[in-house]
Amino acid sequence: MTLSRRKALTLGLGGIAFAAIPGLSTASTVEELTAAFTAGAAPGTDGITLTTPEIAENGNTVPVSVDAPGAVAILLLASGNPEPAVATFTFGPAAGRQFAATRIRLAKTQDVIAMARMANGSIKQAQATVKVTIGGCGG
Amino acid sequence: MITRREFLQASLAASAVYGASGLGNWSRLAAQQALTQDQLLQFDDFGNVTLIHITDIHAQLKPLYFREPEWNIGVGGAKGNPPHVVGPAYLEMFGIKPGTPEAYALTYPDFEALAKSYGRMGGLDRVATVVKAIRAARPDALLLDGGDTWQGSYTCLKTAGQDVVNVMNLLKPDAMTSHFEFTLGIDRVTEIVETLDFPFLGANIFDAEWEEPAYEPYRMFERGGVKIAVIGQAFPYMPIANPSWMFPNLSFGIREERMAEVVQEVRDAGAGLVVLLSHNGFDVDRKLAGNVPGIDVILTGHTHDALPEPVLVGQTILIASGSNGKFVSRVDLDVRDGKMLGFRHKLIPIFSDVITPDAEVAAAIDAEREPFKTELEEVLGQTESLLYRRGNFNGTWDDLILNALIEEREADIALSPGFRWGPSLLPGQPITREDLYNCTAITYPNAYRSEMTGEMLHTILEDVADNLFNPDPYYQQGGDMVRVGGMAYSIDVTKPQGSRLSDMTLLKTGEALDPARTYVVSGWASINENTEGPAIYDLVEAYIKRKGTIALAPDTPVAVTGL
Repeated sequence: MTLSRRKALTLGLGGIAFAAIPGLSTASTVEELTAAFTAGAAPGTDGITLTTPEIAENGNTVPVSVDAPGAVAILLLASGNPEPAVATFTFGPAAGRQFAATRIRLAKTQDVIAMARMANGSIKQAQATVKVTIGGCGG
Repeated sequence: MITRREFLQASLAASAVYGASGLGNWSRLAAQQALTQDQLLQFDDFGNVTLIHITDIHAQLKPLYFREPEWNIGVGGAKGNPPHVVGPAYLEMFGIKPGTPEAYALTYPDFEALAKSYGRMGGLDRVATVVKAIRAARPDALLLDGGDTWQGSYTCLKTAGQDVVNVMNLLKPDAMTSHFEFTLGIDRVTEIVETLDFPFLGANIFDAEWEEPAYEPYRMFERGGVKIAVIGQAFPYMPIANPSWMFPNLSFGIREERMAEVVQEVRDAGAGLVVLLSHNGFDVDRKLAGNVPGIDVILTGHTHDALPEPVLVGQTILIASGSNGKFVSRVDLDVRDGKMLGFRHKLIPIFSDVITPDAEVAAAIDAEREPFKTELEEVLGQTESLLYRRGNFNGTWDDLILNALIEEREADIALSPGFRWGPSLLPGQPITREDLYNCTAITYPNAYRSEMTGEMLHTILEDVADNLFNPDPYYQQGGDMVRVGGMAYSIDVTKPQGSRLSDMTLLKTGEALDPARTYVVSGWASINENTEGPAIYDLVEAYIKRKGTIALAPDTPVAVTGL
C-alpha cells in the first residue's frame, strides 16, 4: 500500500530517525556520495522499491518514496541537481518498517537514485527518471 | 503487425481467451444505400456480460465530419503497431477495401469524396438509439464513458458542461472517468458530480497535499451473474498538460503500483471480471496491461484511436472506440468461475444518415441548443478547403488558427496546441460560429503575445516533441505536436530529447532561427494563470470575417525523418 504522508509522519515518531544533509559547504558529486555510502560494495537491484512520478507535476515538490525491507540506511540522490545529496534516512532496530517518503526539488529532468545499506553491509540500488517538463498541450 | 487472422490465432494460442470481432457484414455493402441500421447493429449475443464503451465525445451532441489522422507515428515498441497505422496501411491491416463506408469512417484517404457519399457521423441521439438497442438485447449491459465528455463545443462552454451532462444523463451511463472535465474548475466539477446518478471514477486522482485518494477508484456491479469491477483511471498528466490552477489540490499520475493494488483489492473482493475504464492513452494502456496482471478489459481513451479489433496483451484485451461520438464499441464476454473465457467485439460506426435518432434524446439536444441557436448558426465565412486538425503535425484548421494569430497579433511566429479534438469541414461549407468553437472551446482561451528567443522556441518544441515521441509511453502525454505558424523545422523522431529538431527557419525571411535573437510569438491555451490576450475564438472569428473566404492547401511546415 502507499503510505499517506500523515501515516508516514506517524511512523516517523515510532522510530525512524530522519537526517537531511543540508549545510555541506561544497556540492559532492554522485560518485563521491555513492562511494562514501557503499564503501565500495557493488549494489544489487532487488529488495528496494523507489516510487516516483514519471513526469513531475511540480518540479519544486516531487513526491518520492523508498521501501527497502531490512535496510539500516537509505541514501536518496537527485543526480541532476547542483547539489545531488537529498537525504540519508537511518533506521534503528525499533523501526517497524524501512520506508521513507519525502518531497524533493528537481532542477531538470534527471535520474533519482535510491541506495539502501543492509545490516550486513550489502547495498541495493534503484533509480528512476523523473521528467520535468514545460507541458501544456494535452489532447 | 497483427492481421485479423494472426490475431485470432494469437488469441487461440493464448488458450484461455478466444474471441471474434470486426465490423460485421456491413463491410461487404459497398453501396451506401445498402447500409441499414439493422446491419450496423447486427450482433450475435455472446457470453453473459456486455460492455458498451464510448469515449472522448468532446461535447459533440450533433453529427459531424471527422477526418482520421494521416500522421500517427509510433515510436519504440509501438512503431508499426495499431493504433500507429494510418491510411492505406490501416486498410490493408484490417482487410478493408478503399472507398467503403468503413474506409471512410476509419481512415483519411479520399475523405472529401467519401464524406459526401456517406455523410456525417455521430450525434448523441444516434448513439442513444444504439445503446438502447444493445440494452434491449442485453438488459444487464454496462455503459461506460471514458471521459473528455464535458468540453469541446459552444454550448458546453456557455453552460459550463451542463448541456452535455443533461443529454448524457438520458443515456444512463453506469460510470465515467475524466480529463478535460477538470478544466471546468474543481468547484464546478464537484457541483456536477454531486448530481450524477453514476460514479465519477479515478483511482489515480489523489489529494495533492496528503497523497490520499480523492475520488472513488472503482465500482462493483453484479451483472449477468458476474461481479464486475470497473476501475476508473483519469488522464495521468492533468496538472502538466492542462492548467493545474483550475484544480490546485489534485494530483494525478499513472501510479502503476496503485493500479496493481486496486486490481488486487477488487479480485480479493470477488470480482470475476476486471474492467479498466481508462483515459491513459493507448500506448500507456498497452504498457500498463503488460505490467499489471489481472485486468481483463481495458477500455482505452484519450488518444482518439478507433480500432475494428481489440489489441491483445497477454490475457488483457484493449478496446479503442474513437472520438467525437463517431463510434460505440460493444464487447460481449463469457465470464465463468472468475475467469474471462472469451469475447465478441464490434466497433459500431455511427453513420448519422443510417441510424435513426432517438426521439427523446434528439428533443433534449434541440432544447439545449435552442437558447443559443442564433449565435451557433451565424456564418462567419466560407471555406474553399478541407479544414481538419487531427494528425501529429499541422492540419488545415490549425493553419487557419495560426494565420489568424500571426495577423491579428502581428507576430513573427504562432503556436497552437496539438489537441486531438476538433471536427472537420468540407470544401464549400460555411464556417459557423459553432464550427469555430468546436475547434477552440476551452476555458483558458487567451491568445498571448510575447517575445521568445530562438533558443527558447527550440527548447519548447523539443519538450513537446518528447511528450509525443519518447520511446517509453509512460513519458508521453498523448496529444499531438504543437502546431507552428511562420516557421518551419525538421524533426527526427528517433533522436533523444534536445536533438530531434533541426533546420528551424523563419518563413518570412527564409533565414535560420537565431538562438540569440528575439521573436514575437503568439499562441493560445497557455497553462499559466493570468495569461493575457483576447480569447482565441474571438480572435479567429474576427480574422475569418475579415477574410470572408478561407483557402488553405495542406502544407505542413515540418519535414519528418526517422520513420
